Amino acid sequence: MNKKKQKRNFVLICLAPAVILFTVFMIYPTINVFLMSTLKWGGLSGNKTFIGFANFISLFKDMNFIRSCQNTIFLIAIVTIVTLALAIIFASILVREKIKGQNFFRVIFYIPNILSVVVISAIFTAIYDPASGLINGFISLFKPENWETIKFIGNESIVIYSVAGALIWQAIGYYMVMYMASMSSIPEHLYEAASLEGAGKLQQFFSITLPLVWDNIRTTLTFFIISTINLSFLMTKILTTGGPNGASETVLGYLYNQAYTNSSYGYAMAIGAVVFIFSFILSAVVNKATEREVLER
Amino acid sequence: MKKNKSMNTEKLYKIFIYVALISLAISIIIPVAWVFMASIKENKEFYGNPWSLPAGFHFENFITAFNQAKMGEYMLNSVITTALSLVILLVVSLPASYVLARFTFVGKKFFNTLFMAGLFINVNYIVVPIFLMLLDWDNAIYSMFGIEFFLNNKFVLSLVYASTAIPFTVYLLTGYFRTLPKAYEEAAFIDGCGYFKTMMKVMIPMAKPSIVTVILFNFLSFWNEYIISLTLMPGASKTLPVGLMNLMQAVRGAADYGTMYAGLVMVMLPTLILYIMVQKKLTQGMTLGGLKD
Repeated sequence: MNKKKQKRNFVLICLAPAVILFTVFMIYPTINVFLMSTLKWGGLSGNKTFIGFANFISLFKDMNFIRSCQNTIFLIAIVTIVTLALAIIFASILVREKIKGQNFFRVIFYIPNILSVVVISAIFTAIYDPASGLINGFISLFKPENWETIKFIGNESIVIYSVAGALIWQAIGYYMVMYMASMSSIPEHLYEAASLEGAGKLQQFFSITLPLVWDNIRTTLTFFIISTINLSFLMTKILTTGGPNGASETVLGYLYNQAYTNSSYGYAMAIGAVVFIFSFILSAVVNKATEREVLER
Repeated sequence: MKKNKSMNTEKLYKIFIYVALISLAISIIIPVAWVFMASIKENKEFYGNPWSLPAGFHFENFITAFNQAKMGEYMLNSVITTALSLVILLVVSLPASYVLARFTFVGKKFFNTLFMAGLFINVNYIVVPIFLMLLDWDNAIYSMFGIEFFLNNKFVLSLVYASTAIPFTVYLLTGYFRTLPKAYEEAAFIDGCGYFKTMMKVMIPMAKPSIVTVILFNFLSFWNEYIISLTLMPGASKTLPVGLMNLMQAVRGAADYGTMYAGLVMVMLPTLILYIMVQKKLTQGMTLGGLKD
């Protein structure tokens, strides 16, 4: 009996700190997102009044919000497709081909992932700068006269692609290394058999490599969507500050502005609630849509 | 003849592969190397072509960044916060993970699911409620004791950092503890070790590989983090990435490029050095967790 009590106390003591911290700083604020979204709350000392779903109704009439949603969805789509495609291709090249300096490439490609978003934004500010940027500077080496510099961040129709470029640049290496790990566990004899039957490299890729890492791709896809929602916000906040004219404003950036520039916390949290639900639904849909029959190795 | 043709396509394919690999490598190496070069350029050099090499070794940029731009102070803040967060994270997560992996008790499944669900919580929008909660607490103790405590506090910031990393860390560590053989624990119990001593002396040392992975990944995310730090430390005391943000904004007005790039180097050099030292471990550790926070 005493022993049982001892064990119970031990479990309790071990578990309590983690559960308390997690509840106070993660669960409670998450619940608060939803509670606050039903309040009309302006200013730090402002009055809080319960207004039900009124925040959500005005959200869907708010053109700035809708625009920020479109930007975010556009970024999710383009960054996901390009990054995953490139990551898979580079991973399969590095795993399947006899490449000189394979390790070197792996080490280099992973570097962007260890840099702070602030650092990456600063680097891309230097790359995109219209007057003294690396790209415009490079072009002007060949076209010294009457060449109009590209305004990567100043032009409303280009800026979103510039942001996408930075996001792709930072993510490729991480996902590539992840796919390399699962590709290198595919048994060699499958490829040998395929090549004996006359299957080319492309065919081998589509009928062996891709199906066998599909499960891994599906898992990363869900997390990729969530991390793109985050990173697009963290990146644009510094790189473009949502500009010009809101052309690169993301949905979380709009949330942050509503909270800290406008001090309308209730409204901001309504955005948070929408993003929360949206990312869940999107993950579920993607998960369902990519379901395939699982192949045995 | 036919064989010759297939040899040619093979060669073309190889060339194509190398071009692709080298282009991507260059797109990463050049910007990073360029920042290092820019950090030793004098201000007037920034008005010429960006591709020109630095004229000399203008180390003063680093001194200005360290003292005038207070990057030295911010670096100390970052070191303290990162170290403290890692300690809190491990002290809190290791026992919890051990218990969740090795003991059967009422509510075990509930807690496992709870931490798993935490993987889906997005730090970027709960940062506003966390800020408001700490502000409330500050107002409460201000009316009682006349001091403010929770905002602008490195310890509280570390607590928040550690908390946000708990779900992933617990997920990774429980996974590892489950793979350890039961025999070690049984032997320790027979030798008369209590639960606590068994955990500290036998089980935690055995989990060292996964602890290293946890430290590596969280070092990077704590060191690089800026949105929580920006929100919860609105005062004069900042962490390194937020200090760098300030420098970037200052550059737009004062055009002090050299100092900014020196600050940039100060933020990324520690992570680069760590990466070069442990890159094998880091990329191997990824497959252990298989997830990104």
